[in-house]
Amino acid sequence: MKFNLVPIAAFVAAALATSAAYAQKKYDPGASDSEIRIGNTNPYSGPASAYGTIGRTIAAYFKMVNEQGGVNGRKVNFISYDDGYSPPKTVEMARKLVEQDQVLFLFQTLGTPCNTAIHKYMNMQKVPQSFVATGATKWNDPRNFPWTMGYQPNYQTESRIYAQYILKEKPNAKIAILYQNDDYGKDYLKGFHDGLGDKAKTMIVKEVSYEVTDPTVDSQIVQLQTSGADVFFNITTPKFAAQAIRKAYDIGWKPLHFLNNVSSSVGSVLTPAGLDKSVGIITTQYGKDPTDPEWKSDPGMLKWTAFMKKYYPEGSLIQAENVYGYGAAQTLHQVLKQAGDNLTRENVMKQAASLKDFTTDVALPGIRINTSPTDFAPIQQMKMAKFDGKTWILFGEIMGSN
Amino acid sequence: MSKRQILMIAILLAAACALPFVVSNYRTFQFTLVLVYAIALLGLNMLTGYNGQISLGHGAFYAMGAYCTAILMDKFGVPYWATLPAAGAVCLLVGFLFGLPALRLEALYLALATFALGVSLPQLLKYKHFEEWTGGVQGIVIQKPEAPFGLPLKPDQWLYFFTLAVAVVMFFIAWNLLRGRVGRAMVAIRDNHIAAEAMGINSAIYKSLTFGVSAMYTGVAGGLSAIAVQFVAPDSFDIFLSIKFLIGIVIGGLASITGAVFGALFIQFIPNIADEISKAAPWAIFGVFLIVFIYVMPLGIYGAIRIAMARLARNAAK
Repeated sequence: MKFNLVPIAAFVAAALATSAAYAQKKYDPGASDSEIRIGNTNPYSGPASAYGTIGRTIAAYFKMVNEQGGVNGRKVNFISYDDGYSPPKTVEMARKLVEQDQVLFLFQTLGTPCNTAIHKYMNMQKVPQSFVATGATKWNDPRNFPWTMGYQPNYQTESRIYAQYILKEKPNAKIAILYQNDDYGKDYLKGFHDGLGDKAKTMIVKEVSYEVTDPTVDSQIVQLQTSGADVFFNITTPKFAAQAIRKAYDIGWKPLHFLNNVSSSVGSVLTPAGLDKSVGIITTQYGKDPTDPEWKSDPGMLKWTAFMKKYYPEGSLIQAENVYGYGAAQTLHQVLKQAGDNLTRENVMKQAASLKDFTTDVALPGIRINTSPTDFAPIQQMKMAKFDGKTWILFGEIMGSN
Repeated sequence: MSKRQILMIAILLAAACALPFVVSNYRTFQFTLVLVYAIALLGLNMLTGYNGQISLGHGAFYAMGAYCTAILMDKFGVPYWATLPAAGAVCLLVGFLFGLPALRLEALYLALATFALGVSLPQLLKYKHFEEWTGGVQGIVIQKPEAPFGLPLKPDQWLYFFTLAVAVVMFFIAWNLLRGRVGRAMVAIRDNHIAAEAMGINSAIYKSLTFGVSAMYTGVAGGLSAIAVQFVAPDSFDIFLSIKFLIGIVIGGLASITGAVFGALFIQFIPNIADEISKAAPWAIFGVFLIVFIYVMPLGIYGAIRIAMARLARNAAK
């Protein structure tokens, strides 16, 4: 007997079409025909209030989206509360957003301690804690925390890039490491060890830590120099990074110097350390630097500038945080477009976990955002950059670690 | 206590008990925090309002209490309710010991010494040799308690009642302490310590004991906050917390027991209102609220209510 495939195909097609029709318009709390409610916490007050501009940029971005007709015809209602970078306040505000404002999900909640405080709660409530604004590696843990997802390259990813580079360019390097003794420093350290693999034991000749409470890292730098290392991995926050660069130069230690992205600001780190003393330092970047003349006529950055002038005129045009917020909002925009009319919490997570080669206006050319059900780390690529005495000069291929 | 006062307290308690059944879980959680703050403010008010010693570092005792509870629950598996006496005892001891050298410090100098305590504690919590217990910057995540004995209460409601019960006990003790001989001695030292000593009051022991008891109250509140928030981290206890407590007792009413509740409502809800008014400058709005309250009610909310009641009574008598 021979099957006639045409009616079967027609039947299957019809079945798919009807199921597609049934799949239309599914809503969880916070979504309707006219609106998508999104929650956020940011430090608008308190010691970390400099980051608050990220929340304001995102709000401005969705104002623009709404003016242009919304997402699939729905207006985005972005509700953002101040948590002052205080974890108990984050818990209170996250509960307000989920239980009272009934948002569909949270987006870009800011700060490692703040997100840690609500990590368990969000996963118990099964409300997405999407694209959190922190670089810790623990957000990429889909098995234990399927409702939480990171965004920017995490510290371990970045570390592994340096390790890859060293293995390739300087396989006989003797490496000295200075790191801040907390979860941030240890995250970097772990990534670096993992990246070097078996060779970590032989290549790393000295590891020294410091406390955030230490006044200087001068003695640590001297210790590292006496180890005879010719590569220096500098895992420090801005103040200590500047001290380390200066001290190493002053005592005549000239290793190949890797500086973590956290402290790669020319204004707040390299200038106080001395621009001439910083020549040759290597770091990584993933976003376009708004102060870099290279992007003056870049279409993506022109779009960003136009957006800033129209929707967030009080925001600064040289602040990297405003570029960051724009990129994050654009990524979420894509997720919402993909979600279509199926606006359930499950589908938001599913779509966030199925970004394929997405790129934003403000990411470095060639950097792609990819996620999957087992990969909750959206940006995993960076480009290396070397300081030439004035600005960071990008070089080499896009580096990633998968 | 007059019959009217008893009636008032009964009505207030009944209202407090009914509250979690009429508001949402999230609001219940907020009111739990109000009760927690009220206990902390009561502690600070004993020290500053009744005894005249200014502390800019009570956030440190709050943090100690919170960490005691979190560490006992997380590392030693102690049930949440049993951690509170421990948190209180630790803070009582630390507060008393801190109060001894602080005896030599008057007013502003004491404020600075306590300020030092407040700013240094969050960093000490990150210290690597304590990290094994404190969890460093990561902090400690703890479990939320469920209602016991199969009571038909949601966790938030149970936690509210638990906190309410602790608060009632703490307020009752404070009320007994402050209106009697001890309270009068504290006030006498505040008003004129030389005269107080001439009357036979041991100023040194009273001052350091007040410091200890005050720290104990704040520590118990800290422990309760850890249970309610289910998380402690050094960033939760920055210096602004200590300032907030001071704001709370001044706004609520110095040297008044009920003032602590009003102060707690203020520090819990006014920052939220300020944030809703302006994202660009929430602290400026908070400042405006502060100035308006101080200007309109120079004796705090409790003071304003008393003045209003007195006026009403006078008008009625006419």
